[in-house]
Amino acid sequence: MRWMIHQFRGPVWTFGDDISTDHIISGKYLGTTDSKAFAAHAFEAVDPTWAKKVKAGDLIVAGDNFGCGSSREQAPIALKTLGVSAILANSFARIFFRNAINLGFPVLECPGLRRKVNAGDVLEVDMARGEVRLPSGEITRFNALPPNVLEILEAGGLVAKIRAELSPKSS
Amino acid sequence: MAGHTITEKILARASRSEVVHPGQIVDGSVDLLYMHEMLAMALLPFNEIGTLKVWDPSKIVVTLDHWVPPPTPEIAKMHQTIREFCRTQGIQRFHDVGDHGIVHQLIAERGYAQPWDLVIGSDSHTNMVGAVGAFAAGIGATDTAAVMATGRLWLRVPETLRVDIHGRLSERTGAKDVILKVIGTTGDDGARYAAVEFTGPTVKAFPMNERFVLCNMTTEMGAKVGMIEADQVTKEYLAHAGRPFREIRSDEDAAFAKTFTIDVDGMGPQVACPSNPANLKPVEEVEGTKIDVAFLGSCTNARIEDLRIAAGLLKGEKVARGVRFQITPASQNIYRQALKEGLIEIFMDAGATFTSSTCGPCFGGHMGTLAGDEVCISSTNRNYPGRMGSPQAQVYLASPWTVTASAIHGEIRDPRKV
Ligand code: SF4
Repeated sequence: MRWMIHQFRGPVWTFGDDISTDHIISGKYLGTTDSKAFAAHAFEAVDPTWAKKVKAGDLIVAGDNFGCGSSREQAPIALKTLGVSAILANSFARIFFRNAINLGFPVLECPGLRRKVNAGDVLEVDMARGEVRLPSGEITRFNALPPNVLEILEAGGLVAKIRAELSPKSS
Repeated sequence: MAGHTITEKILARASRSEVVHPGQIVDGSVDLLYMHEMLAMALLPFNEIGTLKVWDPSKIVVTLDHWVPPPTPEIAKMHQTIREFCRTQGIQRFHDVGDHGIVHQLIAERGYAQPWDLVIGSDSHTNMVGAVGAFAAGIGATDTAAVMATGRLWLRVPETLRVDIHGRLSERTGAKDVILKVIGTTGDDGARYAAVEFTGPTVKAFPMNERFVLCNMTTEMGAKVGMIEADQVTKEYLAHAGRPFREIRSDEDAAFAKTFTIDVDGMGPQVACPSNPANLKPVEEVEGTKIDVAFLGSCTNARIEDLRIAAGLLKGEKVARGVRFQITPASQNIYRQALKEGLIEIFMDAGATFTSSTCGPCFGGHMGTLAGDEVCISSTNRNYPGRMGSPQAQVYLASPWTVTASAIHGEIRDPRKV
């Protein structure tokens, strides 16, 4: 494994089931391509002050079907721009999942994790081992990522991966 | 030898494989890439990839739909960037403002997608186009950039869920009510990562406009694609495109992950209540709910057939006092047709507002957004908090019949009683 940052440790923001891209970033803010503008309004529909409170290195833990709804990549871009280091959810909606991976943003499927975690808990995520350590010391495993998805994440995102493939091999 | 689903047949062809199986990752050659304003977002990663040219401009279609006409200088600028990009890249099928439509409708009505095609769209409701017997999936900006640069996309071959629909619907009840019922049954993630294929006598009897509604809202089941076999109805719909037509259907002995058999015999109108498309109630249970806004628009239900339904109910009637009823056709072609048929005059006489085609209100972008204390009944496909404006606004999803009947009465109304 060539993880640049293969371990994350941070406090958790919790969310429920069926968090849609409309919750994450409202359609009315999409008339720009500026990632900071998306970040400033992240989760406004849930908590208007959230974007001000979240800190770099924080984690998100959510229930089922996180990121359902539109294909707007502005949703994972907003969360990544704010410095959220990873999202752990019972399950993800498919386009959100792809978009996040393509940005090199770890999204980890961890069935059953949500009910074991409270807001503010500090979790440790070990990408190489595929483990999440809860404050109690309990260890939960997240679902292994398919090899091609892991490759994209390890490359730092899809753009970096394609660039590497297109450039003449240096070895 | 076990047979194959439509999905497996198309993905095998597109990846030049003999056969493919669910769960397998394939590298697909894209037959059609279509984009709306997301192209502007995709340009950032596209420029970073650095191929400079798109892989094949003749396989790309672009239209403007989310913000038509542009409501802010920033969006006007975004449109300029897209226009300029299409010009320099030689993308002939760029449908500018004036020739525009909501992208899924535009692709469908112009016959750009055909059975057997691997279609990729920069929007989650690309699923709609699968109604012609294509594999049509939505993606985000970085994937879009990757397809623009390489013409290829990795895809996990999805399992297929078959939804077999039987029975004769009640009056003034249609595909929208059926799909709301299906979503209410499976939940809004009941088909996550899967392909959904509709079949059964009710589906086979549906004309294309209704088939599009079914596939459109497979997105609200979490599905990767929605599809219907390409038959004689499909062939007639696509005839004007002048491309060779090849039927496609799943083999009888194909392996379906699951089959839902849904009996809709005698079923009446359905409504998805705030704020989840799976929060289903039969119309009788929400009748009498006061509304402020009724919206007939979007890629889901704003085709000419939907406008005819609205006009049929509105003729000689008035929109209730204090209610704004906005009708926004899904494309310029539909606008023109509505004009020819005299529908627009009926809308105006009734006190409704008729606008140029855009996604605007559907995603709370512009041209009709909701205030916090407003209640809206809408023919669109999503009602998550904040979808159509304020996060406090309440949105009910329903058919064109129910939306129009409610607009006339100022409260949610069973259209069979109008
Ligand atoms: S009409 Fe609504 S659902 Fe359809 S493409 Fe536009 S924004 Fe998306």
